[in-house]
Amino acid sequence: MDARTPRRTVVSVRDLRLALPAGGDRAHAVDGVSFDLVAGEILCLVGESGSGKSMCAHALMGLLPKAVKPSGGEIRLDGADLLAQDEAGWRDTRGRRIAMVFQEPMTALNPLMRIGDQMAEMFEAHGLLTPRERRARAVALAGEVGLPEPERIVRSYPHQLSGGQRQRAMIAMALALEPAVLVADEPTTALDVTTQAQILDLIRGLQRRRNMAVLFITHDFGVVADIADRVLVLRHGRVVEEGPAEAVLGRPREDYTRTLLAAVPSMDPPRREPRSGPKAVEVAGLCKTYSTGGGLWRKPRRVEAARDVAFAIHQGETVGLVGESGSGKSSVARLVMRLIEPDRGAVMLGDDDLTRLSGEALRRARSRIQMVFQDPFASLNPRRRVGQIIADGPVAHGVPRSEAEARARDLLRLVGLDPSAMERFPHEFSGGQRQRVGIARALALEPKILVADEAVSALDVSVQAQVLALLEDLKQRLGLSMLFITHDLRVAAQICDRIAVMRRGEIVELKPAGALFANPEHPYTRALLDAVPGRTRAAA
Amino acid sequence: MIGFVAGRVGKGIVVLLAIVVLNFFLIRLAPGDPALVMAGEAGAGDELFVAQLREKFGLDQPLPNQLALYVRNIASLDLGYSVRQQMPVATLIADRLPATLLLTGSAFAISLVLGVTLGALAARRAGRAADTAITGLALLFYATPLFWVSLMAIIVFSVRLEWLPSFGFESVGAGHAGLARAADIAHHLILPAMTLGLFFMAVYVRMTRASMLEVAGQDFVKTARAKGLGDRTIQRRHVLRNALLPVVTLAGLQAGTLVGGAILTETVFAWPGIGRLMYEALLQRDYNLLLGVFVVSSAMVLVFNLVTDVLYRVVDPRIEAAR
Amino acid sequence: MSAPPRRRGALAAFLRHPGAVIGLVILLAVVAAAILAPILYPTSPWRMVQRPFMPPFTLDRFPLGTDALGRDIAAGLMHGAGVSLLVGLVSTLAALVIGVPLGALAGYFGGRVDDGLMRFTELFQTVPSFALAIVLVAILQPSLSSLILAIALVSWPPVTRLVRGEVLSLRSREYVQAAVVTGQTTFTILRREILPNTLSPIVVLASLMVATAILLESSLSFLGLGDPNRMSWGFMVGAGRTAIRQAWWISTFPGLVILLTVLALNLIGEGLNDALNPRLSRGDR
Repeated sequence: MDARTPRRTVVSVRDLRLALPAGGDRAHAVDGVSFDLVAGEILCLVGESGSGKSMCAHALMGLLPKAVKPSGGEIRLDGADLLAQDEAGWRDTRGRRIAMVFQEPMTALNPLMRIGDQMAEMFEAHGLLTPRERRARAVALAGEVGLPEPERIVRSYPHQLSGGQRQRAMIAMALALEPAVLVADEPTTALDVTTQAQILDLIRGLQRRRNMAVLFITHDFGVVADIADRVLVLRHGRVVEEGPAEAVLGRPREDYTRTLLAAVPSMDPPRREPRSGPKAVEVAGLCKTYSTGGGLWRKPRRVEAARDVAFAIHQGETVGLVGESGSGKSSVARLVMRLIEPDRGAVMLGDDDLTRLSGEALRRARSRIQMVFQDPFASLNPRRRVGQIIADGPVAHGVPRSEAEARARDLLRLVGLDPSAMERFPHEFSGGQRQRVGIARALALEPKILVADEAVSALDVSVQAQVLALLEDLKQRLGLSMLFITHDLRVAAQICDRIAVMRRGEIVELKPAGALFANPEHPYTRALLDAVPGRTRAAA
Repeated sequence: MIGFVAGRVGKGIVVLLAIVVLNFFLIRLAPGDPALVMAGEAGAGDELFVAQLREKFGLDQPLPNQLALYVRNIASLDLGYSVRQQMPVATLIADRLPATLLLTGSAFAISLVLGVTLGALAARRAGRAADTAITGLALLFYATPLFWVSLMAIIVFSVRLEWLPSFGFESVGAGHAGLARAADIAHHLILPAMTLGLFFMAVYVRMTRASMLEVAGQDFVKTARAKGLGDRTIQRRHVLRNALLPVVTLAGLQAGTLVGGAILTETVFAWPGIGRLMYEALLQRDYNLLLGVFVVSSAMVLVFNLVTDVLYRVVDPRIEAAR
Repeated sequence: MSAPPRRRGALAAFLRHPGAVIGLVILLAVVAAAILAPILYPTSPWRMVQRPFMPPFTLDRFPLGTDALGRDIAAGLMHGAGVSLLVGLVSTLAALVIGVPLGALAGYFGGRVDDGLMRFTELFQTVPSFALAIVLVAILQPSLSSLILAIALVSWPPVTRLVRGEVLSLRSREYVQAAVVTGQTTFTILRREILPNTLSPIVVLASLMVATAILLESSLSFLGLGDPNRMSWGFMVGAGRTAIRQAWWISTFPGLVILLTVLALNLIGEGLNDALNPRLSRGDR
């Protein structure tokens, strides 16, 4: 902030309270939150899920869900209380004075309308300009947010654009009427890391040029470090700590903030001894091409999910597979598990090639390699008890049920859950606890190798740290080898011995973690590392 | 687009062929030796005549040959001969087809326009009195037997109120011509088209309402609100347009039911269409005619499905990428 | 200890639905009529018991009047209840027996199996179902079993499509993949992980199918394709059709009873839907 220009407060939120419907686990989504949005400044609202950060953003737009009602406090925009205005007042405010960018660029645009028409709607909503002028402005805005070929883009439908392009279009729309305030609700969470870096740059640049006040909602401290001027930490709807970014990130006053910051994995891989024991699994020449659509009249679209993928995992070693969405990393995990059939290639478990087995032999061999899944809510059958979920595998392999259940009890203890969990259903657990159940299920067959597919991606950062620690601990105690798939380079740095970087179905670089971070060779690896948020202003 | 339509037409022809084959085996299942039945109808029972009939209709050939002959006949629009009506089946059906197209077309238009309008209204007033009234009414029509509501409509509007004619296509012997005739036919059309349309209206009300409520919860509607757009514009431009996609799909799927409904409505109102023809064939156990109507009505559904498929493609720009 | 999600409170949610309770009461009344018919009206409903064309509400013994042949309309309604329920239930069960396995196979195995099965299903879905039912009953000769067979044969495609869609989406669910990975057999996976989770939509669809089957049965009977030995509501409406100008009641009462029964089943279906699929419940945004 330039000290010579006076700080001009645009929005002032005082003691905001948002009431939740009766009967929930708490009475207020947001309870007594105050903050100021200042022209030319980015305020980051950070918190884990359920902290109420997104509710604050929606309250500013008058777009709260019907069940959530403001029950106290005020939101002043240039002096007037927004909460006191009627729907017509809100309509005038939205878009013209406060504009918003949402999290999911895939669903935030109307699939049946051209991009240009959706931009032009911004002017139309406020009765500005003629249709011809709106069109011209839409093209100019598309250019300003860096969309290629603006003339063509405005005539396109949303499905013809990439995720990053759609988010640019959303930003262009939000900027159309030069609002004083921009509210961005996790605008980069759904994007790949390189796209995220570009969008953050774009928001930062536009905000400076137009001297806007920005309210930026995020759960990611890396993003905070990159973009925030000021930071406000929320927990359970209350403010934990507020201050300039340097102060909150560098010298946090509150324990909670410190815990959160400590849970962010560091970009410096710890020193690890290279493993050289026998190979637990060896993957060679794995290929898989998907072709979709096509028929008598059309050429099918072909996507290469794996092209000559080869790597080996030594006993006790963790190999990471990192890449952006569509890089094929998850497909490789499923090919290794033989959940999908490869076109070519081999997955050697000792002397057995998993891709050549079938029927009973395959079923037997599968017990040696097990998987932990991404989504703790989708990976457990909602209709089966936790005890059954864990014991089903061993029972399928001929272990008597009573014995399998006794072992399930031990496993629950091993992953840090109480054995009483046996009798309960998955929905009674939190995301982190469910992920522990998923790990117990994978361990029930006493595998030698664990494949973890984005196993911590859906978890809040503090829970993520606990689950990572659990995996590390289990690996040591049980002598497991692990294939760890993640999009998060920070996580990979902390848990992997070696890391393979994937792009478009190919491994472009495979190195020990320390060497990869210190000395990336492939340009794509470098781009990926540069894009990781919070590198410049180290968060932890 | 041309490739798409060609592909769909090709697929439709394959389905039609399958229906024709199915039809052939249904004929074989029909009770009695077809030749004997025909001979009986013609009033002659001697063996020589039966043998002649067998030869004439290829009934003395082995089964695959008969099937091939049957398919070839149908391909040349020869649907066989109705011995009872002493006419080729194709001619009988061609005479009756326009009336059915008029009836089903009007009923379809009525049901779609009313259904979408009322469904949209109900969705906008979700949970309020207007919604309860519309959904209740839709549920009622959905549960009402078509043939019965037709009879009730006759009792009320023809017998008691004497507003509308209860049967026929036009006033017999009135000698209307030109516009007067058209008005007379329209007058006769009101009751059958309305009763047939009401059931389908109920279907579209329910679909439109559910679909609009679903779309209203989607992210891009929130984007529209964040622009400061008025509620009316949001509903019309963002919600309704997207909500209509499943309605178009449903309309395609309903085509067969519409034809089925026409059989009942035409029977009750003595509307001279192919549905009524089917009923007559049923009364006279005229299997050739019965199955001829069946094939033609299947073909009608296929054509209608083709039209909705093309329409869907025009409405939804995503199809190109998705397929 | 605790009930599985969804099922817990499903009954309470169902009973909180006023329409569903009304539907349940009507349906129970129809079931009672079917059971009590042979006791209350032991003589054949086809027998002439009074002068023809007796209007309703004039004779205590024949509250709903008599038809063109002097048959008791009330007796006909009671006896018809059994036929409607029987045809509705059995044909729906038969349609499920055809539709569920086909849909499960198509959805689970995908690829060629799916393609083939779905082409076959599409064929049956394209054919106008009522016309096919007419043709089938006419050719097989009208009887209770040919009615049931014809109705089942035209009503299974929606089941197949529904089950296929559900299985297809469940198949890629992570807990099903987990079951594959832990070495469970395909049959166990279908039985334990997939089919129980498709149950709620199938139950809802089935309740609506019974309603549609009853409508179909009455429509066929109306056209004279009912079982000639059983009194049925559709037949009664059809029998009164020619006399509709003189004796409105002959067609009116049986039609009303069909309407009420079908309405009741639809209300129950909606109640089940709200109770079993809370995510999709209506109108509370």
